[in-house]
Amino acid sequence: MNERMVHLEVLRYDPQVDGEPHFQRYEVPCKEEWVVLDALNAIKESIDPTLNYRWSCHMAVCGSCGMMINGEPRLSCHAFLRDFEGVIRVEPLANFPIERDLVTVADDFIDKLKRVKPYLIPGENKPIAEGEYTQTPAQLMKYRHFSMCINCMLCYAACPQYALQPLFLGPAAITLAHRYNLDSRDGGREERQQVIATNEGVWECSFVGACSEVCPKAVDPAGALQQVKVASTLDWFREHLLPGNAK
Amino acid sequence: MSRRPFVRPVSRTRWYFRHPRYMRYMSREVTCVFIGAFALLLLCAVERLSEGQAAYESFLVAITGPWSTLGLSIVWIFAVHNAISWFNVTPKALPVQIGEGFLPGRFIVAAHYAAWILISLAVLLFAGVL
Repeated sequence: MNERMVHLEVLRYDPQVDGEPHFQRYEVPCKEEWVVLDALNAIKESIDPTLNYRWSCHMAVCGSCGMMINGEPRLSCHAFLRDFEGVIRVEPLANFPIERDLVTVADDFIDKLKRVKPYLIPGENKPIAEGEYTQTPAQLMKYRHFSMCINCMLCYAACPQYALQPLFLGPAAITLAHRYNLDSRDGGREERQQVIATNEGVWECSFVGACSEVCPKAVDPAGALQQVKVASTLDWFREHLLPGNAK
Repeated sequence: MSRRPFVRPVSRTRWYFRHPRYMRYMSREVTCVFIGAFALLLLCAVERLSEGQAAYESFLVAITGPWSTLGLSIVWIFAVHNAISWFNVTPKALPVQIGEGFLPGRFIVAAHYAAWILISLAVLLFAGVL
C-alpha cells in the first residue's frame, strides 16, 4: 500500500486560550486512498488528540464533516488527498461562527430549518382505515432530487448572500420547503410561503449559484430557489390581478 | 465551561475576489449598469421624438460618432453577456417535466435563443432595416 507524507494546515481555535484562530501545520503519513477526514483522524489518533472536528458516517450521507478545504466547502470524507497538491489548508465551514477548531455553531441553520416546516403537512386528514397517501412515480420525480439534501451546510458556506445578510433563510432551508411544497401529499404550502416568500426568504437570493456548485448531492438549491421565486410571483399576480383573490 | 464562538469578519466590498465563481456572478450583475444607461438613452430618444422630427434628428446626430459607437458597442457586449448568462440558467428556474423525466436543459436554453433571434428579426423588419 503506497504511503506518502501529506502536509495539512488546520485552523485551530480554543475559546479558553486563543483570542482568534490560527493555523497549525501537521505532517501526516497518509495512504493513497485516504480522504482529508482520514488524515484528520490520523492526526487526532497519533499526533494531536486535542484537535476537534465533526464526523460520523465517512460515506457522504450524514453531512457532518463539511469543512473549507483549500477555500472550497467540501465534505472531508469526500475529498481525496490524491486530488490535492502541496499543503492542504483545512478550515471550519465559512459563514458560521467557530465553536472550537473545525467545529462550527450550527444553531442558526437548525433554527431556520425548523421555521420552514420541513415535513409533510397533510392537506386532508383521512382516517387510517382509508390507507396510505399514495403517489405516482411522476409525482415523486417532481421533488425527488430536492429530497437528497443531507443538511451538510456547504451551500451556506458558499453563499455570499448568507455571508453578507445572516438573516437570509439560505439555500438548504428554502430548498427543503420547496421539496415539501412540490409533494402531492402535502398541503402546507401556504404556511411555508409566509416564511420563505419574504425579503429575508427567497427574495434575498440574487442567484449567485454557488450553492448548487458545491452541493455534494447534486440537489441544485439554486434551481429550487428560482422556482420558488417564479411560484411566488405567480401568487402575487393571482392575488392582485384576478378578481375575487384579494386577501 | 463558557462558550466563546469566534465570528470571522466578512468584507462587504471585497468578498467577490475570494473565488472565481463570485467574479463570474459580479460580471453578470454589473451588466445592469450598462443596460440601465442604454435604457436612459432610449428614454431620451423617445422624449426627443415627442418634440418633433427636427429634435429627433438632432439627437441622432448627437449620438453619432466614434465615441458613441464605442460606447454603444460596449453596451451591446454587456447586453449579450447578460442575455447569454441568464439564458444558460433558465433550465434551473423553468424545468419542464415530461412524465417521470425532465426535458433536457439544452432544449429550454435553445428555445430562448430561438425566441431571441425571432424577436430581433421581427424588430429589424418592423424598423425597416431588413
